[in-house]
Amino acid sequence: QRVQTLQCGQGAVRAARFNADGNYCLTCGSDKTVKLWNPHKGTALRTYQGHGYEVLDAAGSFDNSQICSGGADKAVALWDVTTGQVVRKYRGHAGKVNCVQFNEEATVIVSGSIDSTVRCWDCRSRRPDPIQVLDEAKDGISSVKLSAYEILTGSVDGRVRRYDLRTGQLCSDYIGSPITSVCFSKDGQCVLAASLDSTLRLLDKDTGELLGEYTGHRSTTYRLDCVLNELDTHVGCASEDGHVYFWDLVEGSLALSLPVGQGVVQSLAFHPRLPCVLVATQGQVTLWREDSFQPEGGPD
Amino acid sequence: AAVESSDSEEEDLVSYGSALQPLQEGERIKKPVPLQEQTVKDAKGRYQRFHGAFTGGFSAGYFNTVGTKEGWTPSAFVSSRQKRADRTILGPEDFMDEEDLSEFGIAPKDITTTDDFSSKAKDRIKEKARQIAGVVAPIPGTTAFDDLIGPSKITVGVELLRKMGWKEGQGIGPRVKRKPCRQKPDPTVKIYGCALPPGLSEGSEDEEDEYQPENVTFAPKDVMPVDLTPKENVHGLGYKGLDPSQALFGVSGREHLNLFTGGSEETSNLLGDLRHSKGRKLGITGQAFGVGALEEEDDDIYATDTLSKYDTVLKDEEPGDGLYGWTAPKQYKSKRRPEGEFKYIGKILDGFSLASKSSAPIKIYPPPSLPRNYRPVHYFRPVIIAGNENCHLRKALEESTGKLEIDATQQSRHALNASQRREQLGETELKGPVPSILEYLSEKDRERLKELKQASEQQMKAKIGSQQSPNSRLQPASLEDAAHKWQMLLGGQLANAGSSDFKPFAKNPEKQKRYENFVKSLKKGEKDTLERFLDPNMTEWERGREQEEFFRAAMFYRSSNSTLSSRFTRAKYEDDVDKVEVPRDQENDIDDKETAVKMKMFGKLTRDKFEWHPDKLLCKRFNVRDPYPDSSVVGLPKVKRDKYSVFNFLTVPEPTTSVTQATNEKIQDSNGLNKPKKPSRWDVSDKEKEKKDSISEFISLARSKAGVQQQPPVPATEDCGTGTSEILPTLVTNEDKNQEEESGRPPMDLFKAIFVSSSDEKSSSSEEESDEEQQPTTSERESETTKQVDVPDSSSSNVQESVTARTDSGISSLPTSKQELDATEEFGPKLPPAFSSGRFCKHLDRKEKHRKIRERHKTKKERKHKKEKKKKHKKQKNKGKHKNKKTEKDSSSDTTDSSDSLSDMDTTGLSPKELLRK
Repeated sequence: QRVQTLQCGQGAVRAARFNADGNYCLTCGSDKTVKLWNPHKGTALRTYQGHGYEVLDAAGSFDNSQICSGGADKAVALWDVTTGQVVRKYRGHAGKVNCVQFNEEATVIVSGSIDSTVRCWDCRSRRPDPIQVLDEAKDGISSVKLSAYEILTGSVDGRVRRYDLRTGQLCSDYIGSPITSVCFSKDGQCVLAASLDSTLRLLDKDTGELLGEYTGHRSTTYRLDCVLNELDTHVGCASEDGHVYFWDLVEGSLALSLPVGQGVVQSLAFHPRLPCVLVATQGQVTLWREDSFQPEGGPD
Repeated sequence: AAVESSDSEEEDLVSYGSALQPLQEGERIKKPVPLQEQTVKDAKGRYQRFHGAFTGGFSAGYFNTVGTKEGWTPSAFVSSRQKRADRTILGPEDFMDEEDLSEFGIAPKDITTTDDFSSKAKDRIKEKARQIAGVVAPIPGTTAFDDLIGPSKITVGVELLRKMGWKEGQGIGPRVKRKPCRQKPDPTVKIYGCALPPGLSEGSEDEEDEYQPENVTFAPKDVMPVDLTPKENVHGLGYKGLDPSQALFGVSGREHLNLFTGGSEETSNLLGDLRHSKGRKLGITGQAFGVGALEEEDDDIYATDTLSKYDTVLKDEEPGDGLYGWTAPKQYKSKRRPEGEFKYIGKILDGFSLASKSSAPIKIYPPPSLPRNYRPVHYFRPVIIAGNENCHLRKALEESTGKLEIDATQQSRHALNASQRREQLGETELKGPVPSILEYLSEKDRERLKELKQASEQQMKAKIGSQQSPNSRLQPASLEDAAHKWQMLLGGQLANAGSSDFKPFAKNPEKQKRYENFVKSLKKGEKDTLERFLDPNMTEWERGREQEEFFRAAMFYRSSNSTLSSRFTRAKYEDDVDKVEVPRDQENDIDDKETAVKMKMFGKLTRDKFEWHPDKLLCKRFNVRDPYPDSSVVGLPKVKRDKYSVFNFLTVPEPTTSVTQATNEKIQDSNGLNKPKKPSRWDVSDKEKEKKDSISEFISLARSKAGVQQQPPVPATEDCGTGTSEILPTLVTNEDKNQEEESGRPPMDLFKAIFVSSSDEKSSSSEEESDEEQQPTTSERESETTKQVDVPDSSSSNVQESVTARTDSGISSLPTSKQELDATEEFGPKLPPAFSSGRFCKHLDRKEKHRKIRERHKTKKERKHKKEKKKKHKKQKNKGKHKNKKTEKDSSSDTTDSSDSLSDMDTTGLSPKELLRK
């Protein structure tokens, strides 16, 4: 059920992301800004300006003190939340930065770019060049996720790569069609990968075996997000037909489809703890809650 | 006009001094440096004040001003009526700076040895220098006066020695008895130049020498100081320029020389001594130098030089013929040689003497005349005919003589090369791409090869001729015959010989050209014209030789081309680099993965695992211990590999692991042993060698899958238990298969392997169900196709989209055919449990929607449990914890299974499973 609608006013919203505790959200606009919101109240808190081109992804640090964002200007920016200033700007990518992530302690920013590299930037030192460049991918990186010791990347070359820092291994799972989005399950055992063949696949992290397959939505051209809900019971994915689909994780059956809007649902973010979804389509971001939250029905 | 006027004005102007440098554009006018910042640093970088008239500065006080910090009055100044500033007498030092008083200043205050204490060693050098100066000086001997005039200083050491009884000129040590060897100078000798008064210079010594009572001991002779003058000139060893002393006295007779030989010791002895060497200073005199100022005798100065003084005839030099003064006349003098040995006229170096006996003249042997048919190729005459019986003998001979291997072995049939053997066997030539191995050889190697080849060829011929072998290849009697033979030998195979690539005589373009012509003609078969291509300037023998060479070259080219070229392919990488850097682990073929994905066989097939080295800093930032603390590699490790290494193509680590699961425990053990994480070349080769061993059966199993594939899949499905064992034999036959094919294959093979094993499992575990299950799965599959179309409908989405999605996802199910069915049957059961669970979900959906039989559902669920359990097991197996779990599982009951699965779920905390339970 739609709870809140944020008219962002920053052009197309490329990404909407919850912060670490889910109380706030970030929206990345094609007008080169990042905006910080309280989605529950619908208030805009701050605007971060400084990117040279549209912002494609953003992430907040665990302590809400910093924001990192990456944009089509090939730069990764580190923002101070309170001052709204760019603390650092990392240049080095040769193409658009599709995705950025903080590690757990916000000491490293991992960014994936269309130049097929993942770069790990150090937030602690003043080093201008990345700590490490993961250039194993043969095509652009569409999605990056981090766990405590893993870097999960989804690439357009149809592979999901998991770099395990603890064991020093790279596991590369071939999916076939270009990966648009990857994410870890909350228990860290599974990997969800959305690909352009309009399929979501749930893979076992350790063996790479297929645990589930979810179809029904349409994803053939855009980089759409996929999510797991807060309890790992459902799998969600944005679709190009203006809906957001949710499947039962185990059964693989379509549990719900939210009619969000007419255009492509650009971005999707699930609240880290509550059954709450942030959906970005065109110029607006909507917040959806579960049925019980308000009298009418919604997801779950 | 204005310009002109300005020009003229400028011309009129008179400028004084040098103009300031024109300011650069944008340059700021430099501000004058303020006074207190005008500093000067000394050599050591310290700030220096301008000080001291002695160093060219002026006294500068405070910040280079004259004043002090207090002002113009020096702070030291105190004056009052009671206490008058006492007048100090200022010495020059008071006006000097530190620098002036330092070691290199004008008034050094350092402690230095005075002349009184200075050692004599210094003086010696000085003395030498002085002597030389004396020699070179315009007026020779002037320095002698300096010595005379100079104050006589006696050093402390000398004084001490004296007090101990030492006298100058003596050595130091206990007195000895000896005969004085010194002789008094001959009174007849004329002394030129400044001969010192005898009393002063030589008196003491000479007197000492003269006076020689028998029972008196003498002091030891003074040690002659070693003259350690370095050789700085470019004269030959032992060359002395004009020796002044000798030149001076050169005219005198023999005794005089003797005196000097005797006295040389003394003089050198005295050279070191300051006092006594003085007197020995002698200038150069002689006609060439004019009359010295000190020469008393100048009557002969203007004497005309008569030709009679010179030698007009080349003949043996007479002693005392006026050659003194130049290099080492002494030795020349003293050594009188017998008349017969006067061949050597030049001077002889110090320490060398002419040999008394001339060595015998070298006898010259004329070269033996070559026989007409001689070929300059050596082979050992008593060739031991190769044969089994005398093999040992041959070997022994070989070892003892250290012969080249080829000499001894070429006679055996083993020495035949492939082409020769082929000829003998009458086989046809292997066809291969044109480039020959020779291209890869260096020029030198090629030459060598050719020579070897020639030698062996020749011997072959000889042997064949002598043996009268059945194919009766006779030693050619003439060149024509040879040509015949060769042509026969080469036959039509010559066709590509001499074509573009092969240039055996590339070094000699003329020869190469001849060779090419030759080959051409040979190809046409005109044997009689062969001769004309050869160089007419050559001798007949040379020509014959060259022809032979050409024949061989053509032959060699042909054989090597055919035999070797088929083994080589064009370089993928640059030719001159023989190693390429490739990532050690490469993601395998996508094709196989594609198929795997289509069949939804995610897991091993689609997974590549690599060693990956995270950056140390990254580990630190992630609070993770560096997994490879010792390695400096970052990212995927790279290895240098041979370009042509087969192992670039060979990456078959995974098939082995998966296959092992299907095979028995023992094999698994072995698998655990050499389960290759990264296949190194040696691993693989080892395995290939071991193939026959029972331990490495699993590898053969993996291979065998290729064979299975070609066979209809029937035996595998029907008879899974025996399937594996059946496959074994086929594998052996497949061994020889191309490696590339193998490398390409494994994934499919693997798939098969999995299938086989899974069916095996299934049959054993759920024997009763198997009948039922097979059917349902197929039927359900059929229903699936229809049903999945329904799903989107229910979810109120566009139908056409869902249809497309259907086609995408349901790839395998739609094209229904017998083969399809087989496929589903094959991997349905075996499918990695994870996948099957996913599929089951679908089944369940359908079930729910269609309200199918409850029982079926239950069985499904049970099966699902099993599947899950299997999956777990698989995981565990992968971790290598317990490999034979499978068997246990097979035997175990359903209840334990379920409990197992439950516990598993608990441990892993997989929420999906729990959900499913609900």
